[in-house]
Amino acid sequence: MLRIENLRKSFGGVSAMNGVSLNFAEGSLTAIIGPNGAGKTTFFNLVTGAFKPDAGTILLGDEDIAGLSPPEVVRRGMARAFQIASIYPTLTVRESIFGAVNAHRGWHARLGRRFPLAEAKAQADEVMELVKLDSRADTVSGYLSHGDQKLLDIALALALEPRVLLLDEPTAGMGPEERWQMIETVHALWERKHMTLIFIEHDMDIVFRYAQTIRVLSYGTVLAEGTPDEVRQHPKVIEAYLGSHFEHTDSR
Amino acid sequence: MRRSTVLRDVAFAVGVLAILSVLPFVFPGRHFSDFVIRMSAFAVFATSLNLLIGYGGMVSFGHGLFYGLGAYSFALLMQKAGTSIPMAFLLTMLISAGVATLIGAICIRLKEIYFSFLTLAFQMLVHSLIIAWTPLTGGDQGLTGGVPRPPFLGIRLDDPHHLYLFCCFVLVASLFVMYHFVQSPFGYTLRMIRDNPRRVGFLGIQVWRIRLLAFVVAGIFGSVGGLLMSLFVSSAYPDFAYWTISGEGVFMVLMGGIGVFLGPLVGAVVLLLLSDIVTGLTEYFGLVLGVVILCFALGLRKGLLGTLWEAWRDRRRAGAGLAAGKH
Ligand SMILES: Nc1ncnc2c1ncn2[C@@H]1O[C@H](COP(=O)(O)OP(=O)(O)OP(=O)(O)O)[C@@H](O)[C@H]1O
Ligand SMILES: [Mg+2]
Repeated sequence: MLRIENLRKSFGGVSAMNGVSLNFAEGSLTAIIGPNGAGKTTFFNLVTGAFKPDAGTILLGDEDIAGLSPPEVVRRGMARAFQIASIYPTLTVRESIFGAVNAHRGWHARLGRRFPLAEAKAQADEVMELVKLDSRADTVSGYLSHGDQKLLDIALALALEPRVLLLDEPTAGMGPEERWQMIETVHALWERKHMTLIFIEHDMDIVFRYAQTIRVLSYGTVLAEGTPDEVRQHPKVIEAYLGSHFEHTDSR
Repeated sequence: MRRSTVLRDVAFAVGVLAILSVLPFVFPGRHFSDFVIRMSAFAVFATSLNLLIGYGGMVSFGHGLFYGLGAYSFALLMQKAGTSIPMAFLLTMLISAGVATLIGAICIRLKEIYFSFLTLAFQMLVHSLIIAWTPLTGGDQGLTGGVPRPPFLGIRLDDPHHLYLFCCFVLVASLFVMYHFVQSPFGYTLRMIRDNPRRVGFLGIQVWRIRLLAFVVAGIFGSVGGLLMSLFVSSAYPDFAYWTISGEGVFMVLMGGIGVFLGPLVGAVVLLLLSDIVTGLTEYFGLVLGVVILCFALGLRKGLLGTLWEAWRDRRRAGAGLAAGKH
């Protein structure tokens, strides 16, 4: 589904992505892990066209999308949510979701009709229900709790019915309880929507419990990849990244 | 359901027009009707600017360019080309659309303050052009010889009452169209861009296209404001394209309230009242205006209508809360 080869990017001489090659099978659920500054967000930025890669190919299906702009990438079936929730603070949840559905259907520049469009309602309702924001549909987004803002950000991406969905730390900044709720929601929508889902995550308990496969990034290179068990036993990973925390996870 | 909201708006617009058309019988004399005519020019202009500032998050410092362009295009078409009024009206809108597309294509790619200053630069360019091109524009004296106003469809705009009704109609029709614009799916995409342009790009939307179309629509209606003023004064002056007009536009938008569609209309009324009253009392109009702006900046950030609207909404919410509490 998504196949990256030899991806490179440097910022003013500092190399942030150092020849990364990764493969994500259709319908898979993958976690990307790695220490702070490893280049995880940069990887998403490159794949979605926010940054232009210095070199490398990004195959989405059969098409090389390297160098395309974000709208062009999104139109080809890739959507993302952000590490810091990126929403429309003055619009309500409902307005935001209807806006995203309009964008997906190509109705966003219509002038002759009133917003919201009746034909967008079914999908908008479904998306709000998927992320459990239906009860807060009329809340102004800027007043949502941190967790709900993260959910709304994901919902905006879901409204685009992506083939590939990238979530940058969906549980960032949440308490333990809220984290598990969030990952449960994410997991449920992955099961329902049969899409290729890639999420960045720092919480190892969550990663080992939910991910089918794991990719470990470090200093802009792939340190290890494989199933949770393979990654768990990978000596480089134990040494460089997981350390004692991994033992703790294992003994649960 | 949606058809009925549109019908309701049409009914509202017709109602407002009906009221406006009987008002001169309540307030006879030129003073009132002249006020409404000037107000209509300012209100259409300020509302068009609010499409950019309030809905698009694009703070233009050069919107007066279109006010001047509208006034000169219309007046010159009537004077030199001898077209009919509806034809000149239409051509003026087309010319402004063309100019707005050109200038917009350059300006909208810039962010925030750079956008603001580039629009201002284009406005000063147009102003200099008007001053320099004396054979066509009359230079700093403005257009001489008056704007002919031949009758059309039985409407005689050299009759003050007809002119009054015509301006009221253009005011209501323009606001109606602009209201539709901001309530359309397009209008909401524009709000999303105002809030977070980057996120709109990640919905698969080419942000610049939406911005450009908004800029063009605002330019068209900005020029309609200038057109009405040139009809009223039967001329066009370089001042119409001077930066102070843009400043007054921003002032009306802020005074009435950015977040409310009819805010700029209220701003136009207040600005005109202020200028009429204050200039009758003292020559220091600028000073008084400065103090008023200061008060708004410090106290009434949301503008007159914006503040009232929020107060009303909060009271209604509080009322709903009380009612819910009783159950
Ligand atoms: N726009 C940019 N300009 C310059 N350097 C950048 C830019 N974006 C990222 N970097 C650098 O690239 C490296 C990787 O950053 P990135 O944000 O991808 O890390 P990350 O793995 O997402 O970390 P975290 O877990 O903290 O989110 C860092 O050294 C960062 O400073
Ligand atoms: Mg990151």
